[in-house]
Amino acid sequence: MQGAKKGDWVQIRQVVLPPEGRAPQVPEDTRGTPLLLWVKGFAQSDAAVGETVEIETMTGRRVKGELCGANPRYIHDFGNFVPEFLQVDLQLKALMEGEISR
Amino acid sequence: MTGRDMSYAAVMGRKNEIMKKAIGIDYQTFESGGLAFDYERMMREASYSLEEIQQIQYSTGVGNTPILELANLTALARKFAPAGKGARIFIKDEACNPSGSFKARRAANAVYHAKKHGYKGVVTATSGNYGAAVASQCAMRGLKCIVVQECYDSRMIGQPEILEKQRACEAYGAEVVQLTVGPELFYTFLSLLEETGYFNASLYTPFGIAGVETLGYELVTQFREKLGRAPEKVVITHAGGGNVTGTARGLLKAGATGTEVVGASVDLSGLHMASDKDFNRKSFTTGHTGFGIPFATWPDRADVPRNAARPLRYLDRYLLVKQGEVFYITEALAVLEGLERGPAGNTSLTAAFALAQTMDRDHFIVVQETEYTGAGKHPLPQISFAKQNGIEILFGDPDTEVPGKNIVFPDSPERIRLRDFDLAKARTSYIRNSVTQAKRESISKEDLAFLAAETKSDENFVLGVLKELNVSVK
Repeated sequence: MQGAKKGDWVQIRQVVLPPEGRAPQVPEDTRGTPLLLWVKGFAQSDAAVGETVEIETMTGRRVKGELCGANPRYIHDFGNFVPEFLQVDLQLKALMEGEISR
Repeated sequence: MTGRDMSYAAVMGRKNEIMKKAIGIDYQTFESGGLAFDYERMMREASYSLEEIQQIQYSTGVGNTPILELANLTALARKFAPAGKGARIFIKDEACNPSGSFKARRAANAVYHAKKHGYKGVVTATSGNYGAAVASQCAMRGLKCIVVQECYDSRMIGQPEILEKQRACEAYGAEVVQLTVGPELFYTFLSLLEETGYFNASLYTPFGIAGVETLGYELVTQFREKLGRAPEKVVITHAGGGNVTGTARGLLKAGATGTEVVGASVDLSGLHMASDKDFNRKSFTTGHTGFGIPFATWPDRADVPRNAARPLRYLDRYLLVKQGEVFYITEALAVLEGLERGPAGNTSLTAAFALAQTMDRDHFIVVQETEYTGAGKHPLPQISFAKQNGIEILFGDPDTEVPGKNIVFPDSPERIRLRDFDLAKARTSYIRNSVTQAKRESISKEDLAFLAAETKSDENFVLGVLKELNVSVK
């Protein structure tokens, strides 16, 4: 991934708590992982991915963290097609065939 | 930042001080010194009247959502109902609110309150629709907004529905702080409140909950106007308890004392909510038992000293549905009613589909919310995400579904059935939590009356539980 120029909209990552600093009540699998944080803002200097950079967030906070990338895209979508739903739709339509009164 | 100690222990140690500044309610004034606190006085004095709230919500276009009758889904339910049974099913289309869900009602009050008290911005901890609702209200009122989300597992894989909520919050101009799984989110939340001096737009303040009262009130008014009477049953998706509490209080304020209040949650038993591995093995991010049961049996686990959402005070019945059943009903809503709506309301709609079959044909059953849907929230991304996480998709009997392992679509709508969660069990567990958290060996008569009210039971029921716990009343 590309780095960022000063002024770019970027996402950074911080380690909030290392695995050994996790709260006692968290389950074992979670305790083996750090508590990580991501936040977006405008880069205050040029930086390469993985380098520490300071950002100014949308509310004007200054936060430092490891650069993840510039202009991060939203990755969620409508997923892969799920043919099982067609089976449901056809069943529902067949059950109600000719019985829709309005 | 000044030279303050920002370590985990130090920030958590300043919790009370930070919270008091960030919420502006002195909860102490409602405490009795025992287990009891004056809930009704808190709801009266630390909130707004129904009329004031209607005005606050009206000023930002919140509320007055339509009631829609689901005639085709009713006809489908009647196919499987005994003769003479099959109540008319309705929904209140809360997706019509500005941010696409009923959460706008809670957010409208919180953000109004924050601005009135001079806060420059708000912080809220939520992975749900509430974040978008707060962000939307902040946009309208010109306040800054930070939303703290539990979003990713340790591989930075995010639940698609939560990613969509991040997008929505950012679309409304908010800053979104995202975290991996774990209860220590609260530490980040407190740090942000302290750093910014912003208002804590908690879901669980008196005015947050009172924001939902207008929903119940409106619903009864609409039914009386159009159909001549209040509905026999209202089904409410239950997670943190605010939806149940606020709606039920609104029903009562409208005088609908005979309307049965039914909660519904998706059964996710077996999955640990703070587990890094389980986090992405569930296909519902809210409205499930992972929130519903702990919040009903110990509401004061919330981010305020006294949670205004106290669902056991209002629930007459609590039904559990399966993930596969909710997906099936979501499809039915689209292909039979021409309505694409998001997951939350469809949880209670699934329960209503089964419950209607036990009610007389001329009775009314209402699902009191819908929410928006789209990328991330739709059944397609949810099921394809489940498949990527190794969840098997099967057709058959939904009772064989094992959360985190498979999702079982009913092979016929007839398979969608009623599953009661025993409320006596929940009430017992609430009473146990209440006395053990306070480490009491004896409680006062006032506490006894409080516990009966808290659990919508009576003093004999409470005494029975206390006896088993070896706790006396003095």
